[in-house]
Parts: sequence; C-alpha cells; structure tokens
Amino acid sequence: MLSASHPLHATAGTGQARERTKAGGGAMEALLPGEVHDLSLEVQGKRLIDGVNLRITGGQITVVMGPNGAGKSLLLRLLHGLIAPTTGDISWAGRQLTEAVRSRQAMVFQRPVLLRRSVAANVDFVLKLRGIGSAERRDGILEHARLSESANQPARLLSGGEQQRLALARALAMEPGVLFLDEPTASLDPASTLLIEEMVRTAHGRGTKIIFVTHDIGQARRLADEVVFLHRGQVQEHTSAEEFFAAPNSDAARDYLAGRILL
Amino acid sequence: MQDFGDAFGLAFALVLARDGDLMEIIGLSLRVSLCAMLVSSAIALPFGALVAISRFSGRGAVIVLMNALMGLPPVVVGLLVYLLLSNAGPLGSLGLLYTPSAMIIAQSILITPIIAALARQVIEDLHVEYAEQFRSLCVPVRTAIGALLWDARYSLLTVALAGFGRAIAEVGAVIIVGGNINHLTRVMTTAIALETSKGDLALALALGMVLLAIALVVNAGVMALRSTATRVAYA
Ligand SMILES: Nc1ncnc2c1ncn2[C@@H]1O[C@H](COP(=O)(O)OP(=O)(O)O)[C@@H](O)[C@H]1O
Ligand SMILES: [Mg+2]
Repeated sequence: MLSASHPLHATAGTGQARERTKAGGGAMEALLPGEVHDLSLEVQGKRLIDGVNLRITGGQITVVMGPNGAGKSLLLRLLHGLIAPTTGDISWAGRQLTEAVRSRQAMVFQRPVLLRRSVAANVDFVLKLRGIGSAERRDGILEHARLSESANQPARLLSGGEQQRLALARALAMEPGVLFLDEPTASLDPASTLLIEEMVRTAHGRGTKIIFVTHDIGQARRLADEVVFLHRGQVQEHTSAEEFFAAPNSDAARDYLAGRILL
Repeated sequence: MQDFGDAFGLAFALVLARDGDLMEIIGLSLRVSLCAMLVSSAIALPFGALVAISRFSGRGAVIVLMNALMGLPPVVVGLLVYLLLSNAGPLGSLGLLYTPSAMIIAQSILITPIIAALARQVIEDLHVEYAEQFRSLCVPVRTAIGALLWDARYSLLTVALAGFGRAIAEVGAVIIVGGNINHLTRVMTTAIALETSKGDLALALALGMVLLAIALVVNAGVMALRSTATRVAYA
C-alpha cells in the first residue's frame, strides 16, 4: 500500500533491500529493539516528558506525531542520547546509550546544521570520522541525494531543500542502524519534501530503522507503518498506521486528526 | 628644531629612496612581530578552542583572566621577560637578552592572551551552532577542535592579525628586552622613540608613516578577508 502510493519506492526500495542484506545489514540486529521504561524529563519543575514507555522494533517506519510542544523533539533527543532523562531508562538491544550505541545512530534536525565547507567536504567529514572515506563513496552519496552538480559549492549556499538533502545524505553516509528525523521537511516546499521522503524510504528499504517526527498528517499517512502519538509529554497511542488513521483511540489523537487545536 | 614640513619632506624622501637603515629597521620589525604572531597563534588558537568547547569548573575564571590579560601593559611584560632572560634569571644561560629572540618572546607573551580571548569568542559562537550535530555524530574532542579551527579560519586569521597589529605597534616590551641596539634589535617603535628624543624628526616621521601604512594594509586585508568569507558563505 505504501509502495503503491509512491511510485519511486517500488523500484528503488526492493532492489536495494536485497543489496543491503547481502552487504550484511547487521545494523538492525545490533540496535533493535529499542526499549524505553518510565522515561521522564523534568526541567525547572516542569514535566516535559512524562512516564513514557515504548518498544521500538525493526521493519517498519515509525512516525512520531503530536501537536507543537508535545515533546516530540525532546523524546528524539532522549532516544539518541543527546540529553539525559530525569528518570527512567533507554536501551537499544539491551545496551545503554553508550558512545558505541550512539555512533550507530544518526539524526537529522529540523534546521540542517552544515559545516562551513563545500557540499562534498560535508560528506567527507563524516566518512573520515567513520574511517570509510573515499571519493567514489562520497560521489555515490551525492549522486543519491541529487547534489552532484553542487559538490564544490559552499554548503550554505544551497537551497533549503538541498541543504536538508545534504544533511540527510550525510547522516546516511554513516550507515546508521537507527535514523532519527525531527520534522526534516517542516520548512520545505512539496517537491523537496517528496525527495526527502524518497530518500528516507530508500534508507528504510536498505534496513535502516526510521524514526520520523512530523506534525504533517499527510506526510504521516505517506510514510508511517506505525504511529506514536505524543501529547503533553505522554504517549497517547502506539499503533499501526492503518489503525491510527482509521480509528484513533484517544480523544487527543481524534482532535488532532480532525484539525482541532490541542493545548 | 626642524620645521614640521621639512621633516615630512625628508621622511618621504627616505621612504622613497628605500634608505638602508630604514629598510633594516622595517624588516626586523616585521620579522619579530610576524614570528610573535605565529608563536602566539600556535598556542592561543588551540587553547582558545579548548576553552570554548569544554565545560569545567573555573571556566568562568579562566575566561575573565584571559580577557583581563588582553590589557597586559607591554612594559610589565618586558620587565618579566627581562627578569627571566637576564644573567641572574632562570633562563639567563640561554643568552637571549638583547636579541630579536627575546623580543619575539616578549611580544608573544603580550599577544597570546589577545588571540586566545578573541579566538575563544569566535569559536564558541561557531560551536553553539555545531555542538548538537557534533554530539550526534560522536565527534571526538580533538576532531571537533580541528574542525572548528578550520571552519572559523577566516575569522581566526583576522584575530591573528589583530595580535600582529598590537605586537608591531608596542614599544615598552621590546625596548626593555631588545635594548634598541642599532643593526641588531632596533625596530620601528623603538627607533621612533629614540629619534624623536634626539630631535631627528625626519627618520621618526618616516618610520611612523610606514607603521601607519602597515596598520592600513593589515586592516584592509582583514576587511577583504571578511567580505570574501561572507560572499562564499564560509563566515
Ligand atoms: N531546554 C528546554 N528547557 C525548558 N523547556 C523546554 C526545553 N526544550 C523544550 N522545552 C519545552 O518542552 C516542551 C516540548 O518541547 P519539544 O519537544 O520541542 O516539542 P515538539 O513536540 O514541538 O517538538 C515545550 O513546551 C517546550 O517549550
Ligand atoms: Mg520539535
């Protein structure tokens, strides 16, 4: 159903999925499932993440939804170990968020953070970091992100969509087992958004676990296999996309899908 | 006492004729201050970067100290280096007093806090931008420092040039540790002081004009660098 809704997926996805298995896509086994127990984050007495329990398994694109201020970005940062929780714990395949685990994850932020270098140098930086740098690999990555033409331009002169593609390509260059995306298309036009979604689907097809935050319902419908709905720092629902969009269980999710503003 | 206009005319003549003594003095000034800038940069840039990206107790105090030392009086630096290098001092055996090396040491000490403090600010601003991404990528501290220094290179070059400007214009430190010895340690500022006190205003003015020209060239260079960096979006 998802492939049908996106013509590019059917061809790009499956072929590369096989390739990835051959290349030994041990990423998923190494990091999943992700397990979250009683996770809370308090800042200055405010409970921003409130008793979250989650089990994140492989094989599906997980979309995290919820109104502004629900705590989506904070949850992602917690899952990736960018910030520490007040209570509770997070493990990936039974392991704590050590440097070894964190380096197998990657994150794309809402506003891309690009180095003040050329497009190619931005990719080279992470390839070198992982000790897998080579010109062919970099060129392939840029090609995939449709940025070959701009390889030698300063990254910051790219358009918004191109910048985000570069940030995504750079994240994927690390061949992460888990990829977090925090509203990566929130400020992009529809065409750029679709290109990003295509890259995300391809990565998913190659075996990277995708955890995608969005408040765009259309986008969630296009991408999600399962939905985590967050409201006031709490997980209101965690179900398959089909179920979520057909018959949401919580009032909050119903209101959200109906376009009624939640406070 | 010469007439001011005459002195000015003579000064121009000296500069245009590339008077030997004048060239020697200018050459030594440039050599000493450029060396001081390089030595200071090698120490102060990594140090500034380290302070910029680390969080430790006492960090605030270190920053206050760095900023305070920016205003280090040159004569005090000269005196300290003199005590270090004089025969009775701990480094007296090196025999460096009254040599260009002593002047480089003194100027380096003078401008290291300036370069470190300014670099710290520049790098911290960039780090605010990069920090979360670097943390996400698990970038090791040494790699992060290298990347920050490289990506801020245009701004840091202007910082280094600010240090150079301060070094080449100071007189208090070099006159104490260099001694203003003709053909050996005489630089522009010490020569100006001496020639003025002797009443030879032409040479003093000529040197003053060159010093001003250097300041202008350095500043023009800084501005050109800034605009280039902004144009190519590296700044
Ligand atoms: N560093 C912080 N300090 C205090 N409050 C914060 C901080 N970061 C986020 N918040 C608050 O936490 C709530 C959730 O934020 P966030 O996760 O960014 O929401 P969103 O779901 O829109 O991504 C918001 O009310 C926000 O104001
Ligand atoms: Mg957010």
